[in-house]
Amino acid sequence: MTITLDAKIPAGPLAGKWDKHQFDMKLVNPVNKRKFHLIVVGSGLAGASAAATLSELGYNVSCFCYQDSPRRAHSIAAQGGINAAKNYRNDGDSVQRLFYDTIKGGDFRAREANVYRLAQVSVDIIDQCVAQGVPFAREYGGLLANRSFGGAQVSRTFYARGQTGQQLLIGAYQALEKEIAGGGVTMYERHEMLELVLVDGKARGIVVRDMVSGEIESHTADAVILATGGYGNVFYLSTNAKGCNVTATWRAHKKGAAFANPCFTQIHPTCIPVAGGYQSKLTLMSESLRNDGRVWVPKRAEDSTKEPSQIAEEDRDYYLERKYPSYGNLSPRDIASRAAKEACDDGRGVGPGGLGVYLDFADAISRLGRPMIEERYGNLFEMYQRITDEDPYTRPMRIYPAVHYTMGGLWVDYNLMSSIDGLHVLGEANFSDHGANRLGASALMQGLADGYFVIPYTIGHYLASNKFEPVTTAHPAFVAANAAVEERTRRLLSINGTRTVDSFHRELGRIMWDKCGMARDAAGLQQALELIPKLREEFWRNVKVPGIGAELNQSLEKAGRVADFLEFGELMCLDALQREESCGGHFRTEYQTADGEAMRNDEQFAYVAAWEYAGEGQPPILHKEPLAFENVHLSTRSYK
Amino acid sequence: MSGTSSAAKSMNLTLHVWRQAAAHAPGGIVDYPANDISPDMSFLEMLDVVNERLTEGGQEPIAFDHDCREGICGSCGVMINGAAHGPMKATTACQLHMRSFSDGDEIWIEPWRAKAFPVVKDLIVNRSAFDRIIQAGGYISAPTGTPQDANALPIRKPDADLAMDNAACIGCGACVAACPNASASLFTAAKITHLAVLPQGQPERSTRARSMVETMDLEGFGGCTLFGECQVACPKEISIDAIMQMNRDYIMASATKVELGEWAGSA
Amino acid sequence: MRRLLLFWGSTVGKKVVMAVTGIVLVGFVIGHMLGNLQMFRDAEAMNNYAAFLKSTGGLLWVARAGLLTAAVLHIIAAVQLTLINRAARPTAYVRRDPQVATFASRTLRWGGVILAVFIVYHLGHFTTGTFHPAFSHRDVYGNVIIGFRSVWVALFYVIAMASLGLHLFHGVWAGVRTLGLQQRSEVPIQRTVALWVAIVVWAGFTMIPVAVLLGVLN
Repeated sequence: MTITLDAKIPAGPLAGKWDKHQFDMKLVNPVNKRKFHLIVVGSGLAGASAAATLSELGYNVSCFCYQDSPRRAHSIAAQGGINAAKNYRNDGDSVQRLFYDTIKGGDFRAREANVYRLAQVSVDIIDQCVAQGVPFAREYGGLLANRSFGGAQVSRTFYARGQTGQQLLIGAYQALEKEIAGGGVTMYERHEMLELVLVDGKARGIVVRDMVSGEIESHTADAVILATGGYGNVFYLSTNAKGCNVTATWRAHKKGAAFANPCFTQIHPTCIPVAGGYQSKLTLMSESLRNDGRVWVPKRAEDSTKEPSQIAEEDRDYYLERKYPSYGNLSPRDIASRAAKEACDDGRGVGPGGLGVYLDFADAISRLGRPMIEERYGNLFEMYQRITDEDPYTRPMRIYPAVHYTMGGLWVDYNLMSSIDGLHVLGEANFSDHGANRLGASALMQGLADGYFVIPYTIGHYLASNKFEPVTTAHPAFVAANAAVEERTRRLLSINGTRTVDSFHRELGRIMWDKCGMARDAAGLQQALELIPKLREEFWRNVKVPGIGAELNQSLEKAGRVADFLEFGELMCLDALQREESCGGHFRTEYQTADGEAMRNDEQFAYVAAWEYAGEGQPPILHKEPLAFENVHLSTRSYK
Repeated sequence: MSGTSSAAKSMNLTLHVWRQAAAHAPGGIVDYPANDISPDMSFLEMLDVVNERLTEGGQEPIAFDHDCREGICGSCGVMINGAAHGPMKATTACQLHMRSFSDGDEIWIEPWRAKAFPVVKDLIVNRSAFDRIIQAGGYISAPTGTPQDANALPIRKPDADLAMDNAACIGCGACVAACPNASASLFTAAKITHLAVLPQGQPERSTRARSMVETMDLEGFGGCTLFGECQVACPKEISIDAIMQMNRDYIMASATKVELGEWAGSA
Repeated sequence: MRRLLLFWGSTVGKKVVMAVTGIVLVGFVIGHMLGNLQMFRDAEAMNNYAAFLKSTGGLLWVARAGLLTAAVLHIIAAVQLTLINRAARPTAYVRRDPQVATFASRTLRWGGVILAVFIVYHLGHFTTGTFHPAFSHRDVYGNVIIGFRSVWVALFYVIAMASLGLHLFHGVWAGVRTLGLQQRSEVPIQRTVALWVAIVVWAGFTMIPVAVLLGVLN
């Protein structure tokens, strides 16, 4: 089987593509909808909004999540906000501008048509969420408030204190629970997808493990929708939740779904620095802090161990304001992260290990007063103090970049269908809208756009265009997939080696961060490509997974996920190695300008790298989907 | 540098942990040493370290729910020395740091206890009763479509703020765990209040209050006797004022005639 | 009727019943206390007051029936809620440290039991005379003086009134809140009101047996 990549972008002018496509797509007769059974894996913004909306339309939906409730999906942790081209500030925003900012922010490595549609439906998302009761921040006049975010010169970000992701997810979750109560959605909590099942080349079901009983179950459907989030935990330390994993998308990849741009990972500039070797995760401080905080390090390396109050104003280097005067502290994430790394590489980092820079609110507090800063960021400041035991009102925060989001994901066409018929992929799990770098407050927008406003249309087209023979779990494809999962579980439990799963995960994370992190080069990536298979080999020989399969077994859950990360990490490095340019979050040190800026290579690399799985031990096959830019001018990103 | 250079002052602790192999298996307190614990670790990182050592020693690690580890997903939550989420105010177990304890301390760790939250394993409980309370009416019926423009409905800032205060609930269950009656009143009332103070929430306000309150009772939670333990345990500092709102709405709803079929309640 | 049954069936409904009946009973208790203070004027004032109450005839019985109904509903709801609340936590914590619950709130139920026993005794003591050594239907003043000459009886009254005070301290506050009557505020005013109601009622009732024991009243 070989993959052909057809993005199925509708013909016609950019602004009219989605409208035209909506009309051209086939519809499913209302009375027939309930005969179709859809599986949605994941209950974050994309999954919950899709499951709820599809059920409202009349489809019969099964939704799966690994958490104990769909309300806990990691979308909940998004702090800052959600973008929408409402232009409520009258500051020159428009669909066209949001589209352009997103394409440019992504360093011209995203599809124009998808991004334009995203900008178009962004306005509907806000309306929908308000109707659901999402308590967005408001002005005293009762109208919605906005804030600015990195990479944009307009104020288009809607927010609910520092808990926007939580509030949007709770909105989608409540819609989902309503549908569960109405019988349209059957919810499977504490169930983890471990295999995708194809029948006659179409995605027709999944195999899951009931994480309480340990039972391996098969579920059939007419189409499968993955909304399982990103793979940032390949780095072990990231801002992702502990349970976030690549397993669902990786299993789908091994069944034929192309994996696109896996090396495009986002390093978020404002996280709390690592405190010690026991660290289990990194905590993000919302990018919105950069609205009022000023980033600096000492000008001289020898000052970096001094108390910040001991460093005179003229001895401070406000490096973002210096290097990027027009965007300053609001430069895009990749640029801000790399600048922090440079300062620390320069020996001017602060805090333990010299891996931190200051984010200082002293100016903002003296300009706006402490109550205003408390109103805007109170909960973030409290969180910072709880973790670090330092008071950010009186002492600048220490921040450092951390892995936060993954732009890469399963390749999808304009209809959000992967290279497997019937397998649709939404949200962070797909690759589609953010190119090589995502702008702040755009992840929530994309998750909800896919779930509320895109998949409900495109899935109907797929269902109406295909014939579906009934299948049962007795079908040989299901029996085989089920047996494969059982076998894998048995193998993991039988190794009984000497190292814990976490120790392997930490080691993999260290390799990925060192060789495929904020800066990459060919030599390092080649080293990683030798180290990872060795580590994987040791894992399958020496991992220790206590307990049995037929029970709640958190070690077993982790082992399965880490086993997949150990395969996936290699693909990431391969992808980073083949992309011989620097763009967005992907910075190859060999490809930079004299002043250290990323050097893109549009002639050779203006494509989506979509990898096809070629079988155990075989090198994956690279397919290239060329990116055509007809509506924007390919320019060197400049935020100076 | 306060808080960052304390790795040297590591602590030795004794844990008394509830272990229970499965829902219907007998359980009991088991003691474990937790040595060389850094004050900068989070409480869950301390448990990670203990689990790593248990695993290496061939024992089953302690099962506990956790996910985001930044205090927002609501997965984690255990009784720590008799207090839900431990001694720090407005802090989930994952955000509690070991600097709240001292060298030589004994720490009692137990699962949430409520009939409606049966133990699944060790410190993990089943909180699906909360989902069913939401199913009973904790939503605004607004199917995906094209509603009116978001700014067509101005909402007074104090109302939006009050809605947000109550919408901040993370569904962790600490209120139930801390309540001497194992009541879910604060959880239920927070959702009722979030939606009751918004204009969008008015059409379903009565049916919501009745249906959610009655589902809460049917799930086997206790009643509120206003001890006030819940609002102290709540990591998001939700006020028991919400419970007044719930009672008011429930009284009003009971006095209102409900059309047949309008109310998807449990009775 | 169905609505009423559903209301009574819910924990919130029962709490509302307790709050409403509680307010009725608090009203009675305050009136009763004020009446009792006639003791400090003289025997004639007290006996006249008692005679006046009896002269209301049917009205007295209506009031008694109302109070009895309120007390019975209050007790039934309390017992049912207690059973529901106990059942809601079948497995106790090995260690639990209450963070803020007041002594009054934690002793509310036992205080209620003491009060119930007290009421039965009190009715037999001063209303029917069943438990009184020298009961007279006309001389209420004398009944009180003789009744409280026994240290044990007086002590029981003092203890019962202390538990009434505690009961009111949490009960008045909780009742007002249960009915959702107060607007939001940082320091709820009902706390202060409840405290004063509790102190005044406790002091007003306790004064009498103490005064008899000390020989102030004779």
